[in-house]
Amino acid sequence: MTNVIKLSAADLSGLLVERSISSVEVTQAHLDQIAAVDTGVHAFLHVAGEAALAAAARVDARRAAGEVLGPLAGVPIAIKDVLATIDMPSTAGSKILEGWIPPYDATVVRRVRDAGLILLGKTNMDEFAMGSSTEFSAYGPTHNPWDYDRIPGGSGGGSAAAVSSFEAPLALGSDTGGSIRQPAAVTGSVGVKPTYGGVSRYGSIALASSLDQVGPVTRTVLDAALLHDVIGGHDPLDSTSLTDTWPSMAAAARAGLADGALTGVRVGVIKELSGDGFQAGVAQRFTETLTLLSAAGAEIVEISAPSFEYAIAAYYLILPAEASSNLARFDSVRFGIRVNPEDGPLTSERVMAATRDAGFGPEVKRRIILGTYALSAGYYDAYYGSAQKVRTLIQRDFDAAFSKVDVLVSPSAPTTAFKFGEKMADPMAMYLNDVTTIPANLAGVPGMSLPMGLAPEDGLPVGLQIMAPAKMDARLYSFGAAVEALLEASWGHTLLSRAPELARREMFAGTATSTAFTSTEGAV
Amino acid sequence: MKKAELMDYDKALELFEPVLGFEVHVELNTKTKMFCGCANEFGQGANTNTCPTCLGLPGGLPQVNAKAIESSIRLGLALGCEIAEYSRFARKNYFYPDTAKNFQTSQYDEPIAFNGQLTIELESGRLVTVDIERAHMEDDAGKLTHVGGATGRIQGADYSLVDYNRGGVPLVEIVTQMIEGGEADSPEIGRTYVAAIREIVKALGVSNARMEEGNVRCDANVSLRPRGSNVLGTRTETKNVNSLRSVERAVRYEIQRQAALLHAGGTITQETRHWHEDTGITSAGRPKSDADDYRYFPEPDLVPVAPSREWVEELRATLPEPPAARRKRLQAEWGFANLEFQDVVNSDLLDVVEATIAAGAAAQAARKWWTGEVARLANASGVSADSLVQPAQVAALIELVVAGTLTDRLARQVLEGVIGGEGTPLEVVESRGLAVVSDDGALIAAIDEALAAQPDVLAKIRDGKVQAAGAVIGAVMKAMRGQADAARVRELVLERAGAAE
Repeated sequence: MTNVIKLSAADLSGLLVERSISSVEVTQAHLDQIAAVDTGVHAFLHVAGEAALAAAARVDARRAAGEVLGPLAGVPIAIKDVLATIDMPSTAGSKILEGWIPPYDATVVRRVRDAGLILLGKTNMDEFAMGSSTEFSAYGPTHNPWDYDRIPGGSGGGSAAAVSSFEAPLALGSDTGGSIRQPAAVTGSVGVKPTYGGVSRYGSIALASSLDQVGPVTRTVLDAALLHDVIGGHDPLDSTSLTDTWPSMAAAARAGLADGALTGVRVGVIKELSGDGFQAGVAQRFTETLTLLSAAGAEIVEISAPSFEYAIAAYYLILPAEASSNLARFDSVRFGIRVNPEDGPLTSERVMAATRDAGFGPEVKRRIILGTYALSAGYYDAYYGSAQKVRTLIQRDFDAAFSKVDVLVSPSAPTTAFKFGEKMADPMAMYLNDVTTIPANLAGVPGMSLPMGLAPEDGLPVGLQIMAPAKMDARLYSFGAAVEALLEASWGHTLLSRAPELARREMFAGTATSTAFTSTEGAV
Repeated sequence: MKKAELMDYDKALELFEPVLGFEVHVELNTKTKMFCGCANEFGQGANTNTCPTCLGLPGGLPQVNAKAIESSIRLGLALGCEIAEYSRFARKNYFYPDTAKNFQTSQYDEPIAFNGQLTIELESGRLVTVDIERAHMEDDAGKLTHVGGATGRIQGADYSLVDYNRGGVPLVEIVTQMIEGGEADSPEIGRTYVAAIREIVKALGVSNARMEEGNVRCDANVSLRPRGSNVLGTRTETKNVNSLRSVERAVRYEIQRQAALLHAGGTITQETRHWHEDTGITSAGRPKSDADDYRYFPEPDLVPVAPSREWVEELRATLPEPPAARRKRLQAEWGFANLEFQDVVNSDLLDVVEATIAAGAAAQAARKWWTGEVARLANASGVSADSLVQPAQVAALIELVVAGTLTDRLARQVLEGVIGGEGTPLEVVESRGLAVVSDDGALIAAIDEALAAQPDVLAKIRDGKVQAAGAVIGAVMKAMRGQADAARVRELVLERAGAAE
């Protein structure tokens, strides 16, 4: 039979339901892939092999007993380390939480377990989701499966790398300013940031409460929709969780595959998110995609969103402000590491300070200081207050745009995957990388990234971002599935089938930064 | 702790005008905490009523307790406040180990209730209207216990323990405007104001209102303004003054302390102060400046609270009679003298006396039993009178006395039996086989016979010559063949003769 790990979750689901393959076999295949390639990729911070196989055996037993389970029962999944898991360490990529095993599961984790998915382990991320490259993980960076010398995006580089290196068919991510979509773009995978409030945040270690949203990381739009259906919906434990009844995202994705699904769809191109500042190959693939869409019957409309210009500035006030408060709880009193000051008295303030000094990395400290400053008396109105006003203006830009078009599109990121170290010395350059994805978080609207080809100049994946009005996640999936089919038809294959074959290596000593694949140039 | 230099109170008032302000924290008696489903209970094992949310664990999120919102609105209405159409929670950021999240979820510029008024009546009959700036909702902190060191305070302690059971318990903080013109009554205003708040929250049923358990806590702000000046003095904030009497004492102490300091050319430090119940003094806490920066911002994990006007009106309709009005009405209905009524109120027995009267007892009898024997027994065992016995039982007891089944002395024994869990007064009478009652019956027959036989003695007794009773007592003792308690016989003789001793 075909290589199990290359199958989509939807295909695995079919085989599992008809019992032509067992969940134990599927799980073992993915654990084998992790063992073979993760030394190089470093997508995982924790792999729970035994627990995964035991859970898989239980699903197999239930199916054997004739129980009818959900479509994804028995399908493995990787969990971003920002999510609380009762049986695995949950560190959010930070030293300060090293080894911390929460006494509870995040709501999304609970839902994934209840749906019979098999948790393979926890994936790497920038510390507390602050970053666009995983270089800020306290546990070392994740490597892009397309080129080990390059970043896998961030903060959810681990989840994106896990699915694009076939270590897992599905993963969960969290997206505060692009942490699902940008890694998806640079690894050739699919990532969705749902409508704010569409998926519970309970148990997701908070970065910026008003921006964070948990979502699916997959290789196909349908897989993302299937996973969205599992994790979405109201959660009374999250006060910002919407009480709406949601349509099936999987049904929406399937509807997008119908003939003529793109006919008459009004597609808005945001003037402010195209043109200058985008890598040539990124811009080229975007233009080609618009041409394809047009040919398929979609109507391309240029849209101006003038306030988007201020999105990054507003974002880098709101996020640090909320983060500075959210991260105050890391004080060594109730959980996490405790570090005593080297000399002087052991007061609670001094132990807190020493712990935070030793436990937080440089980017976290930078943002806590920024946020503390932005919230300080005398500065609040000028910084946090103004940023909130910009947020309102951006929401109005979206409202105006969506009164004219059904969806908005842009490249998911200005460039393809950059090299390690390229932007570490320049926080502003790192922050600007999120220019395309941040507006959706500020407005709370859903966004998706799916692969739209490889940049000719470097052979690396380029992502298309699609945005829909708030609560119209289903539209994202039907349009996304249609675009995905259109692009793949034009290529004659999936993008990830052109990903380099990763060297299968057993554990080896030393850091794995060398290029460990055989080919990179796929003429897509 | 040294007692500071104090100025004579009258002299202090001569030189300075006291300006007051109070922050009263009321712990609501909701079943669960403000932002999570943990039980809101006092006295459980340390850290047993906790969850990821109230422990501030990574990933924990708050959910608003709807009952707490309702209680806060009712309290706001009872304080004559306007209820906000749109109200938000805000984070008050500061690091302290008893605050699990290292921020308190409170309200800042958008409180649930604001612009209220409360008129209180002092013992002199003077009415003082206290303006309420706001009543806002917030969560309580955990409880720190400092171990080691002599003072039980953090200074000098070897280590500290934290119990987060109280962390996240719903609070309403009621903040007054500045109270000027209190003059010499200032300490009494403090006590009476807090007593009035306590009465209101009790009447509303939104708090257990036990100051000794910290259900109602008062921070008292005091500053002095030199006579003839219109510039406010620097204030101190005496924290957690946890009895009505202490509020009065603490305000008085601060007036005298600040006056002495100012008069000697010193300056007041803007600071929090600790109240020491045992020594009756305050001591310096931490400096507190108006520039303390809590970096307030709207709580992004909670949606705004926007109570509909219909709901607010529904809640307004559920408000009980204001305690002050109720007191006036009850005193008139019962016909109590001022002192009698004050006794009931000050002993916190208004509710039980009312219930006892409602159960059929005469007003004076109900008052007498509660403020007398029940209060004495409660005092002896260190509990509150209303926790000792049900009003219905007291009413039943009084009924037995009125019916002549029990004398006061016997009734006291029966009361002890009732309190001891032996049953209703009637059951106690039976189970204790109160033979005394039947003995009394026999005695009374003998006494009535002896009195009838000596009408001249009866007349003398009725004229107040109680020593004449000796002749009757002798006759009765003889008739009973000495098997009677002479003292009891004497009591009954006088009772049957209708003499007052």
